[in-house]
Amino acid sequence: LSSLPHQLDFWHHPTSPGHPADLRVPFPSLQAVKIFLESNSISYSIMIEDVQELLDEEKKTMMRSRRTERSTDTFDFASYHTIDEIYDWMDMLVDDHPSLVSKIQIGQSFENRPLYVLKFSTGGSNRPAIWLDTGIHSREWITQATGIWTANKIAKEYGQDPSITTILDSMDIFFEIITNPDGFAFTHSSNRMWRKTRSINAGSNCVGVDPNRNWDAGFGGAGSSSNPCSETYRGPYAHSESEVKAIVDFISSHGNVKSVISIHSYSQMLLFPYGYKRAPAPDHQELNEVAKKAVNSLAAVYGTKYTYGSIVDTIYMADGTTIDWAYDNGVKYSFTFELRDTGRYGFLLPSNQIIP
Amino acid sequence: DISDVGHKYHLELVLEDVLDKDSTVNCTAEVLYHLANKNIAPDVQFTIEGELKNTDEADNMFYNRIRSLEKELVAENIPDSHGNVSPEMEPIHLLAWVASGYVIWQNSTENTKFQLAQIKHVKQVKRSDEYLEFDYMILLHEMVSQEIIPWQMTVLWHPQHGVQVTQ
Repeated sequence: LSSLPHQLDFWHHPTSPGHPADLRVPFPSLQAVKIFLESNSISYSIMIEDVQELLDEEKKTMMRSRRTERSTDTFDFASYHTIDEIYDWMDMLVDDHPSLVSKIQIGQSFENRPLYVLKFSTGGSNRPAIWLDTGIHSREWITQATGIWTANKIAKEYGQDPSITTILDSMDIFFEIITNPDGFAFTHSSNRMWRKTRSINAGSNCVGVDPNRNWDAGFGGAGSSSNPCSETYRGPYAHSESEVKAIVDFISSHGNVKSVISIHSYSQMLLFPYGYKRAPAPDHQELNEVAKKAVNSLAAVYGTKYTYGSIVDTIYMADGTTIDWAYDNGVKYSFTFELRDTGRYGFLLPSNQIIP
Repeated sequence: DISDVGHKYHLELVLEDVLDKDSTVNCTAEVLYHLANKNIAPDVQFTIEGELKNTDEADNMFYNRIRSLEKELVAENIPDSHGNVSPEMEPIHLLAWVASGYVIWQNSTENTKFQLAQIKHVKQVKRSDEYLEFDYMILLHEMVSQEIIPWQMTVLWHPQHGVQVTQ
């Protein structure tokens, strides 16, 4: 049989007389094989009528189960995740919404972890953009968790929610969910209360720079520390941290970012520039109005109360912050959120409170 | 501003029961931060307008449960990384919160804002009298400096006699 030019595929080769052989017969050869077997008095039975049908069914089942374990619909937003789980989820989000979401790498952390940004865009070329970041202070776990949930909401609600649709029809959104991946990994492996980056400080045993004191806006003032062991250590110079430099370079070269919203916890506040000086920002009036409206809208949902104002008036003096840099570099609508709670659980907000 | 003495603040506040958000009580207080010696705690005078809820039942249940333990209680990381506190540990958590309030008061200045961040470790200490004694290692979060400060405190408690903290 194998000498016949019929492309027969033996699944169980003939061994010795009296023992069955199994073979797959391509459709065009069906008649010829049947005739051959019958004319040689070789008895046969059909085990599988149509192999292709079976293959098609198997493929469908595989895809179905693949989708169940890899779907963003089954991702548990009500628990805290590891860096790998979040990076995997990002890829799922892109897979599920390929015409809306893409993943960009804007740089690398000190320990060479990729810095990923999700881009939400319905087209155009270098449209005006909104920048969002969560997790710049790694111990603020509610922020990364809120980042995932929010990114998912944006992707799902485009086309349904009027506000999201209006925004994405004319603007792009760039969302960096794990802004400080080294710190985040460290909060999982070693110290849940780690805030800073994990960069090595020359001449010191203490590790890390406060990434929200490292920006070139009032850098080096009273609102940050020169001590590497301090939680608010500003770093050796502005933008020394690769995590910060990556964003600076991205926003600067984009050239059309209209708003920067940097998300922290805790305290329940909505803040705008400045933190590095007491003088009100030129747009103080407008920013204050926007903050007021936002805080009222927020309270309207579940009654959650946020206070608002400039950083220096509302929380404390802080220099070298993200939003002060953004504001001083042409991004008028620069805001920082301090999410829940007000101190009862602080950084250790229970996972059952992630989803409001 | 009281010259040569310090800064006095008059406060009107609402106390809210952590375990029952609808249960509130008004309070007025006066806080004096000393100018001269920053190492002594601020003076606090207060008046509670109304009554605090009676907690005898829950107190006694907790007291009896701990007294009947075969081995001294030991626990770590309350809440855990995910913010979870097991129901059995909830009173231990609340006790730490109250006790840390004392520690915070003793160490506060006009430029600090402390919160209890976590109980790293708690160990019950056997006593021959009726008090419960717990040795806590806690983490305090100081908002202005953003520092996490470990603190060791020994806490005595009795349902009728209340809380005592020895640092």
